[in-house]
Amino acid sequence: MAHDELTPSDPPPVESPAEGQADGRSAVSRRALLTGAAAWAGATAAQAVWSPLEAAPISASKPAPGTEDTTRIPGHPPTPYGKRSAFERDLRLAGATSSLAPLQALYGILTPSALHFERHHNGVPVIDPARHRLLVHGLVEKPMTFTLEELKRFPSRSRLTFIECAGNSAGEWHKPEGRTAQEIHGLMSTSEWTGVPLALLLREVGAKPEAAWMLAEGADAGAMTRSIPLAQALEEALVCYAQNGEALRPEQGYPLRLLLPGWEGNANVKWLRRLKLGQAPFMTRDETARYTDLMPDGTARQFTLVMEAKSVITSPSGGQQVAPGFVEIRGLAWSGRGRIAHVDVSTNGGRTWQPAQLQDPVLPRCATAFRLPWRWDGQEATLQSRCMDDTGYVQPTRQTLVSVRGVNSVYHYNAIQSWLIAPNGTVHNVHV
Amino acid sequence: MCTSKRRLARSVLLCGILLTSGTGLLGADDGPLGLGRPATEAELRAWDIDVAPTGEGLPPGQGTAQEGARIFSSRCASCHGVTGKEGPAPQLVGGQDTLATKHPVKTVGSYWPYATTLYDYIRRAMPFPAPQSLAAEEVYAVTAWILAQNGIIAQDAVMDAVSLPQVRMPNRNGFTQDPRPDVPAK
Repeated sequence: MAHDELTPSDPPPVESPAEGQADGRSAVSRRALLTGAAAWAGATAAQAVWSPLEAAPISASKPAPGTEDTTRIPGHPPTPYGKRSAFERDLRLAGATSSLAPLQALYGILTPSALHFERHHNGVPVIDPARHRLLVHGLVEKPMTFTLEELKRFPSRSRLTFIECAGNSAGEWHKPEGRTAQEIHGLMSTSEWTGVPLALLLREVGAKPEAAWMLAEGADAGAMTRSIPLAQALEEALVCYAQNGEALRPEQGYPLRLLLPGWEGNANVKWLRRLKLGQAPFMTRDETARYTDLMPDGTARQFTLVMEAKSVITSPSGGQQVAPGFVEIRGLAWSGRGRIAHVDVSTNGGRTWQPAQLQDPVLPRCATAFRLPWRWDGQEATLQSRCMDDTGYVQPTRQTLVSVRGVNSVYHYNAIQSWLIAPNGTVHNVHV
Repeated sequence: MCTSKRRLARSVLLCGILLTSGTGLLGADDGPLGLGRPATEAELRAWDIDVAPTGEGLPPGQGTAQEGARIFSSRCASCHGVTGKEGPAPQLVGGQDTLATKHPVKTVGSYWPYATTLYDYIRRAMPFPAPQSLAAEEVYAVTAWILAQNGIIAQDAVMDAVSLPQVRMPNRNGFTQDPRPDVPAK
């Protein structure tokens, strides 16, 4: 079975003293972890890494956390706000303006809120929800403002949906740039979102029939704005205040964001403070200079809002280590146009394909988990997944995608990902 | 499909969705819920900062490239470079005739379709460390300087609410609609 491997380029584990390492008692060091991982290749990562035999310090006066016989020591009392075990180390990979979700370390389809990817245009603002207002104006009968409390009184809707940054996997247009699933595809995450249907808000203000576009503006230091074509957006759009059962995380737009299921992340404006209805697009910087797709002939496509179907094998994936024998190939597939209908997996670089099992629930515009049991014989193998959505759209090969769009369109890269498993069990991002 | 037809189709669809959503979501009661309050003039004045390609939203005031040179040098050049080309922040000047080449350079001059977008973006988001700190006249002047650096307007051209929307950007016709799905399965 494949398991994760920490390597020198992984971000260093961050731990507070309360999590048990700062006082020097913990022998669960990075080195032990690596040694453990290597020594126990073939077992599960958790067993290998946290075996008391591997991790026990020789000279410590007190046993290291996790090495005691827990049936003989009272555990800690309840806590008001939970946090994950100190043994869990998977982190977002943060750059200056974005952070990537560790797809290869996650299970199922939901992204824990604390690991949901981020992208912002001038930092994450600190917003007091009691002071926050949403202004709705423009081509409306009655320009109005709403407090958070008022918005929460509206009829609510919840739905699971993925959000993917239009620039996800952009490094792959030219060459196999990223190393791990996180580095390459980590600008995609899935949450349950709760909020007010946009249609109800617009009815409240009396949207005029000639309104065709809506400007959405954030309260961040970029005052991020996008124009939204109303007819396409209205059926599913939500103005959200909650994510995975609690208030939105600041990085995801606290206290209010727009949610446009299946559309490029940038259009899902965070820290939402203003909606303005108009007859035409407002031609903001982020829908002209950015988030437009440059074609080989020098023209650029504009308002390419839907994220087309895409899939990626998350395990085994780049940077991981595979042991010969049984391997469950696992991955995620998603489509901005609808439900995932089918996922095929190849272990020979696309020469032959086998249908993968889809894990319930299979929801429209939501990540869907897939899996395929496999035995790795220790020979070089190239793993690929290829998804089809319920519109019949099939995820393209990189070659086909590039043959149509060239390599300079930056956004909306959704080609089939290839992972090469070398005979020594290491996994690498390759273009075939 | 011609634009007016498309617009009509959209409007019909929009009305349909609003009506359907109303009954569908609320059952018998399809009137407003009485939540929220009317926006005040002060709120609208403070927040309504967007500028459309028609020039709608442009404030009074004016500026020229000559005036903009001084402001750009003190407020913008440390990130965008003294001529607007050096970076490290995105290149603002040059790149014309590169879009169809192997190494396209997308700048205000080579790529942006509307001059009004420049005003809108500088006003709302620049300078990066102190957004919304420039006065209207300063935004006009910096806008003029960037346009003049790109050879789009003259150094002494006055940019204001009337002249800016009339500036013809070189890549004005460079954008197309979304044709996807465009990539065959094989």
